[in-house]
Amino acid sequence: MHFSESIFAQRFGITQQDLERYLSEALSQGGTYADLYFEYLSSSAISIDESIVKSASQGVSLGVGVRVIAGERTGYAYSDDLSADKIRKAARVAAHIAKGPATAEKISLNESRRRDLYPVGTAPTETPFTERVELVKRADRAARAYDARIFQVQASYLDNLRQVMVASSDGVLSFDRQPLARLNVSALARQNGGPPQRGHAGGGGRVELSFFLHEKTPEHFAAEAAREAIVMLDAVDAPAGEMTVVLGPGWPGVLLHEAVGHGLEADFNRKGVSAFSGRIGQQVASPLCTVIDDGTIANRRGSLNVDDEGHVTQRNVLIENGILRGYLQDKLSSRVTGAAETGSGRRESYAHIPMPRMTNTFMLAGESDPEEIIRSVPKGLYCVNFGGGQVDITSGNFVFSASESYLIEDGKVTRPVRNASLIGNGPEALKYVSMVGNDLKLDEGIGMCGKEGQNVPVGVGIPTIRIDRMTVGGTA
Amino acid sequence: MIGNGYADLAAGIVEQAMAAGATDAECTISEGEEFSANVRLRELETLKEAGSRAVGLRILQGRHTGSAHTSDFSADGLRHMVRSAIELAAITSEDPHAGLPDPSDLGSIPGDLGLYSSDVERLETELKIDTARRAEDAALRTDPRITNSEGASFDTYLGSRAFANSRGFAGQYRSSYCSLSVVPVARQGESMERDYWYSTARSLAGMEQPEDIGRIAAQRTLRRLGAVKVETRKVPVVFEPRTARTLLGHIFEAVHGGAVYRNESFLAGRLGERVASGKLTVIDDGSMPGLFGTSPFDDEGVPTRRTVVIENGVLRSYLLNTYTARKLGLKTTGNASRGLAGNAGVGNGNLYIEKGARSPEQLIAGIQDGFYVTELMGFGANIVTGDYSRGASGLWIRNGELAFPVSEVTIAGTLQQMLLNLEAVGADFEFRGSMAAPTLVVAEMTVGGR
Repeated sequence: MHFSESIFAQRFGITQQDLERYLSEALSQGGTYADLYFEYLSSSAISIDESIVKSASQGVSLGVGVRVIAGERTGYAYSDDLSADKIRKAARVAAHIAKGPATAEKISLNESRRRDLYPVGTAPTETPFTERVELVKRADRAARAYDARIFQVQASYLDNLRQVMVASSDGVLSFDRQPLARLNVSALARQNGGPPQRGHAGGGGRVELSFFLHEKTPEHFAAEAAREAIVMLDAVDAPAGEMTVVLGPGWPGVLLHEAVGHGLEADFNRKGVSAFSGRIGQQVASPLCTVIDDGTIANRRGSLNVDDEGHVTQRNVLIENGILRGYLQDKLSSRVTGAAETGSGRRESYAHIPMPRMTNTFMLAGESDPEEIIRSVPKGLYCVNFGGGQVDITSGNFVFSASESYLIEDGKVTRPVRNASLIGNGPEALKYVSMVGNDLKLDEGIGMCGKEGQNVPVGVGIPTIRIDRMTVGGTA
Repeated sequence: MIGNGYADLAAGIVEQAMAAGATDAECTISEGEEFSANVRLRELETLKEAGSRAVGLRILQGRHTGSAHTSDFSADGLRHMVRSAIELAAITSEDPHAGLPDPSDLGSIPGDLGLYSSDVERLETELKIDTARRAEDAALRTDPRITNSEGASFDTYLGSRAFANSRGFAGQYRSSYCSLSVVPVARQGESMERDYWYSTARSLAGMEQPEDIGRIAAQRTLRRLGAVKVETRKVPVVFEPRTARTLLGHIFEAVHGGAVYRNESFLAGRLGERVASGKLTVIDDGSMPGLFGTSPFDDEGVPTRRTVVIENGVLRSYLLNTYTARKLGLKTTGNASRGLAGNAGVGNGNLYIEKGARSPEQLIAGIQDGFYVTELMGFGANIVTGDYSRGASGLWIRNGELAFPVSEVTIAGTLQQMLLNLEAVGADFEFRGSMAAPTLVVAEMTVGGR
């Protein structure tokens, strides 16, 4: 699709000349760079609870954000009205970050060539609601059918279609159409009048609705949520203190997101406030670890054709054989430090200033057989599923919460344990990785990353790995 | 300038929805203007300024509901929203408990609740930048070990919210907000730490002095330098107000009507029972003038009020909207909360723990060996089971005094035991948001470390 066929040209009558004029206005006070981010977001949500479809909603949000950079300064204004008057007003407000005469040459925009990592003909948001509502009904039925001890099920289905256009004073004009869908299931189990336990599962991506009919069905996520709830009924108290931890493949890759990912975002490093600042070229992980952030994997939740600054996404090596190789850049950081852009500038919406963010972050597979990794541990913890995590990028301390984990005793996975947080220090934790499995798996498409109040969808992945030393926050 | 007259527009949209076939309807309109100035290392870094508005509609057709929202206020945009909501009622199930509040429950607290101060709208940009600069400068001057900063931010927000429904309710209120925060970074050898401090108020006049905020932020950061990891052990844990507030947040999640009727809270089915130490009293009050959790009516048009949640350790009330109250056979507590569209959820008003008699220093003085927690990390509280395990940092207590900084440890237990083992409640209490707690002492928790 070209700009001229976009909703912004078609429905709102915006022309290329209009965009060039707005950019000139944004640079009228001496700014050195300006961009416009147009967004038209359609979204819907359906949820079931107690086998009743209690809620269904749909909506539209649209607007434009105008950014002006002057040196290290940023001016930002936005409007939820796409009329010329309102956009020009926003451009003038943002322009005031700079104080001086206009410096810009005449701006001429060149539409960039488009690739398509998510060739979705009909976005899920554009399909009939009667088809989508079936997904939550099927999930509810399947979770209840899994085991008689399941007594409560909630499922929700969320999708959106984000149409975005970026125009910058560098001459970039890009348009993208970004579909996203996710199905979540939560199940509660109880036995013999004892306390309930919860299980969670979910997934999706930048996919067509048929993904949920043929690849990852509601029954798949429902069974996974119900299974976790049933397993946890027999959980014993989690251990406390330092021990060997084995992470299962897939979603436990959230470790990488927290332990190293955030600390490698260029804004923190440009300011020297990250525990990883100034460590490029240094050993920050065991030589078995190679960590990648890749925004170009087809149909993945964290993937983007172009980032939210109009730059094409790419595959970035963050850590190679344990050596720190690079940071994730946005436009401002790469302009200030002279580093090459990495396609990592992202924002939650038109009302937000872009920042360096992750896309899909994972560790490359190693050579160990996952079963051999478990067998190698005399006493430890095997974690297969997690809730969220958090990091203090300055001290480097990070935490993530295991929602399904088991004791390892004499090389065997034995009893499930109650929820426990794991804590470590970013530049140190991965130095204790002593085995990396050959079973790299990406998560099922459920991740949401929050930074400075902005949420963006992300992916993670990891093979089975053994970490010789990590602090587990149980009570036993 | 934030507009009036949205209550009439909301009522008009409700009429449109009824004309289009809804049997009941409710409409929310929200408008806001935000401003933010960031200063870092004494230089202006970011200025952000904008206004936006959006409208949400929920309709019923019998006991089926449908919702829609839009930021397009054109006649076409609004008509499309009405059609969208009605279209969706066809795919939802009949829910016997769905419906609007009883007419006798609707209403609004009369008089001025002190939510809007015009001094916020008149602030000059230069003054805001200068205020942030003064706060950061004070932090940077505190000590040579404050070597860096993530900056200082001065933010203001002016908002207006209107609500109308087909049972005759229409209301609107305005609110203002300003905040100033500072995030210094300190370094000593290999140890680098950051922390923050902030002030928030409905009016500029209610803000603390920028220099005080900067100095406190610096002191909080400095005391973290050189933190060590302690050995795993069981000790008394003291939560300072900033971390005690997170425990109050978990209590809120556990008395949330939705979690209670689904039986996914460790406090479900326990009304009238002792669930905490006799030292704990928890109140929710959305009607306190000038505070951050205050509003004249909740998000379905029911007046806010004072609700005793826990009284001397005994669970007295859940926090409910109309739907969760009907599910539980109770009355709404005026705690309906929603973004714009969709069924109402449950939100807190001003939720607080009643203060005790002793100062934090007195509480600490009674502890030989313990952990004073100043920061918690992660999402390790399970409201279904009460299992609690979070990352923590703070200061170690030795012989009644704060002795040395500790980080990269966990604290763990169960929320049930933590509430029952609440040994002392401090006298230090202030609202910096819609939840407030004084210093709390839990008799024993597991600290996970080396």
